[in-house]
Amino acid sequence: MIDVDEDLTSAYLMEIEYNENSEPEDLGDEYLGFALEGETYCVDILSVKEIRGWSEPTVLPNAPSYVKGIINIRGDIVPIVDIRERYQLSESTYSKTTVIIILSVTSGNKSRVMGIVVDAVSDVLNIKQEKIKEAPKNGNRLNDENVLGLYNHNNKVYILLNVESLLDLSEIKQYYSRQFDLEAVGE
Amino acid sequence: MSIDLSQFHQVFFEESFDGLDIMEQGLLNLSTDQPDSETINSIFRAAHSIKGGSATFHFTVVAEFTHVLETLLDEVRNGDRAVTSQMIDLLLKSVDCLRTILSKLQAKKPVNKSDYKPIEDELTALIENETNSDSISLDSDPELNDKKSMPSKAGETIWQIEFIPESYIVRTGNEPIRMFRELESLGELTVEANTSKVPYLEELEEDSCYLSWSMTLVGDIEKSAIEEVFEWVVEDCQLSIEIVESKSATEENERKAESSKPNQSEDNVHADSKNSSETKISVDTKSTIKTAPKLSAGSSASVEKQLSNTAESSEEKSTSTVASATSSSIRVGIDKVDSLINLVGELVITQSMLGQMGEEFDITKLERLKEGLMQLEQNTRELQESVMQIRMLPISFVFNRFPRMVRDLCGRFDKKVDLIITGENTELDKTVMEQIGDPLVHLVRNSLDHGIETPEIREAAGKSATGKVELNAFHQGGNIVIEIVDDGAGINREKVLSKAIERGLVQENQELSEAEIDQLIFEPGFSTADVVSDVSGRGVGMDVVKKNINALGGSVYVESTPGVGSTFSIRLPLTLAILDGQLIRVGSQTYVVPLTSIVESIQIKSPDVLKIAGGLDIYKLRDDHVPILKLYDTFNIDTKNKDYHNSILVVVETGGKKIGFMVDELLSQQQVVIKSLETNFIAIEGISGATILGDGRVALILDVLGMLKRLSTKNKNQRERAA
Repeated sequence: MIDVDEDLTSAYLMEIEYNENSEPEDLGDEYLGFALEGETYCVDILSVKEIRGWSEPTVLPNAPSYVKGIINIRGDIVPIVDIRERYQLSESTYSKTTVIIILSVTSGNKSRVMGIVVDAVSDVLNIKQEKIKEAPKNGNRLNDENVLGLYNHNNKVYILLNVESLLDLSEIKQYYSRQFDLEAVGE
Repeated sequence: MSIDLSQFHQVFFEESFDGLDIMEQGLLNLSTDQPDSETINSIFRAAHSIKGGSATFHFTVVAEFTHVLETLLDEVRNGDRAVTSQMIDLLLKSVDCLRTILSKLQAKKPVNKSDYKPIEDELTALIENETNSDSISLDSDPELNDKKSMPSKAGETIWQIEFIPESYIVRTGNEPIRMFRELESLGELTVEANTSKVPYLEELEEDSCYLSWSMTLVGDIEKSAIEEVFEWVVEDCQLSIEIVESKSATEENERKAESSKPNQSEDNVHADSKNSSETKISVDTKSTIKTAPKLSAGSSASVEKQLSNTAESSEEKSTSTVASATSSSIRVGIDKVDSLINLVGELVITQSMLGQMGEEFDITKLERLKEGLMQLEQNTRELQESVMQIRMLPISFVFNRFPRMVRDLCGRFDKKVDLIITGENTELDKTVMEQIGDPLVHLVRNSLDHGIETPEIREAAGKSATGKVELNAFHQGGNIVIEIVDDGAGINREKVLSKAIERGLVQENQELSEAEIDQLIFEPGFSTADVVSDVSGRGVGMDVVKKNINALGGSVYVESTPGVGSTFSIRLPLTLAILDGQLIRVGSQTYVVPLTSIVESIQIKSPDVLKIAGGLDIYKLRDDHVPILKLYDTFNIDTKNKDYHNSILVVVETGGKKIGFMVDELLSQQQVVIKSLETNFIAIEGISGATILGDGRVALILDVLGMLKRLSTKNKNQRERAA
């Protein structure tokens, strides 16, 4: 289990910011890159609350398999979702570098926090809005619903994710109500 | 206005609603034959405070309406008018009317004339019946009348104002400098202070005012405008406002208002020393902090009255926090805050003791360290309890609305009912309190509508013509129990059963116990009222009541004896934030079961397990039969222990039903802080929340009621499948 200290992370981020600030031109928004099955994905860094090592969460009964459970983050109960399983990428195996990215979204006047399990955190990138290219629709649910666009950099393709739809709970809600219905008709 | 008054609006509304509640309660206690003067005074004070406040904040509608009301009350107070029941009715209607206006103002909605005009007219008509008392009313409060009677004038006027405040003026929360500032905004102001009464420094009382002022104000100003500035202090000073020179013809208006009650002997302290402005500042802060002012009827300013009213008796506290969803502030008794401060002080001491020990620790001090830690634990627990106390309010906040409601409903149904309230000082969490109001209203209405019979029927049945409805609140275990007891007809079981069959809620041949039939009234879409009244009988009541109470983690249960009456018992947790829990282990998971719902825990003896067709197992517990819920199965947990042999049965009870959880092991008991799953996730059936254990792990809290529901739906379907 590795614990990525929040302070360290932010210190690291600050360093990058500092370097960038020395150049006068606008570099665009900052994104946090992470690896998931060989691909690099990014999320808006402003929605990232912290990054922490994988620790076994408390299992929620009868939850969909991609909801790994809930963990305690300084008194807050935060659910953890495995993106691999949710979008049927492949079987998850948790290794030393597996981390949980804690994301927060604000909908209306309420903000909600949720963790996603990813293989590893890579780097922080500056991406200008105009450099983001539209992603082709390919029938994969992760792409079609949650991808904001693609970004090419150093011969690598980064996939930009929409945090809001990534953390959407309606599907989980449906799962539960369906399950209750199933139970009600006698499984 | 030099200060932004809107910041005080919320306070004004809260206090006004408090005042209205005081008025309402007072009116209900007022008997027509022997009106209690203290009650009348408290009603009058409340009305006066509302008037003063509304005039300050320019809610003229309220001010004018209350003025009329006050005129009437003043006559009653002076004994010029006898109290009649029609008058009480009208006054109660006025209270309602004011409440409507105030809530509209609070919601920033426009107030229609139709909202208050008819009642205001009725009031005026009542007052004019007795003309000789008019002079008194004018005398008691001339500002508003002046406002109306004064024609608008133009041109420059020179006003000479003599302002001689009583020495206690600053203690009433009034600050002369503010008034001068306001006068300054009206026109050109020259102020001269008379310091002749200021005593020697050693004799000087810091919260007394020894100054008086004479002012000259030049400008196009109406007298009413000047009077408005002094509105809050007229009763606490000698004031004269005179025209010295006027460029246009003005009718001379003169008034002298004198304090009705001199309460200080400091007046005759004698005079010299100069410095005063410093004193004044310190005085001002003092007077705002002051929390227990003397109650001197009619003489002190409204602010003070408001304070003393609330301090006077806890029963007079209001339901305003309940009534308006927008207000989220809470009034806490100063004693509670003090005890909190004491506890924090102790905590700090313990902490520094432990800190010191930590710096130079060796093994010989182990015993003392243990002691210190124990003390820390005790401090923390006390602090926790104390903090919880802040959220606790007496249930009278909710109960107080019922006398009025019962009175109104009795009139409407032509029934006679005595309402008996006991245990109104039982304390309950504020959140629970806010949620329980509506269900209670519904249950009380229900008792009056369906429970209590008309006087004729009652007499025919050999009961007294006046029915009885009791509201009780008391603690039982970790719960608060609220009972609504009536001595009415009780539940007509045949009618309920036939209705339930008609609605398809039960099968025709289903065997139900009497108690089970009674609980049917909580099913959705159920109403046995022959006539649908606007009070109850739309069939949306009882199931909503039950749902709301369940949502609070409580339960509702009805017991009834035909012909003798019914008792509705509501059982609620004391607080929603903390719970005494029993930790249990199933597989590798730890769960928390609310300790209050646990009846007993036993080692399962396999011969006592009865396997019933349909996959349901029942445990024979002495004479009882308890259905077993296998937690590992319901929650899909992987555990090695699937045998009854090595397991423990935790028997829990809710709403009169028992259920046994099959678990692997009982762990410790501890208080847990409930965290909602919904904050970041969604609600899950059977789980009421989560908590964080001492080691930082998260444990889920089982919702006994939800589990029971889960089991019953499952069984029902299994039965259906089997059929």
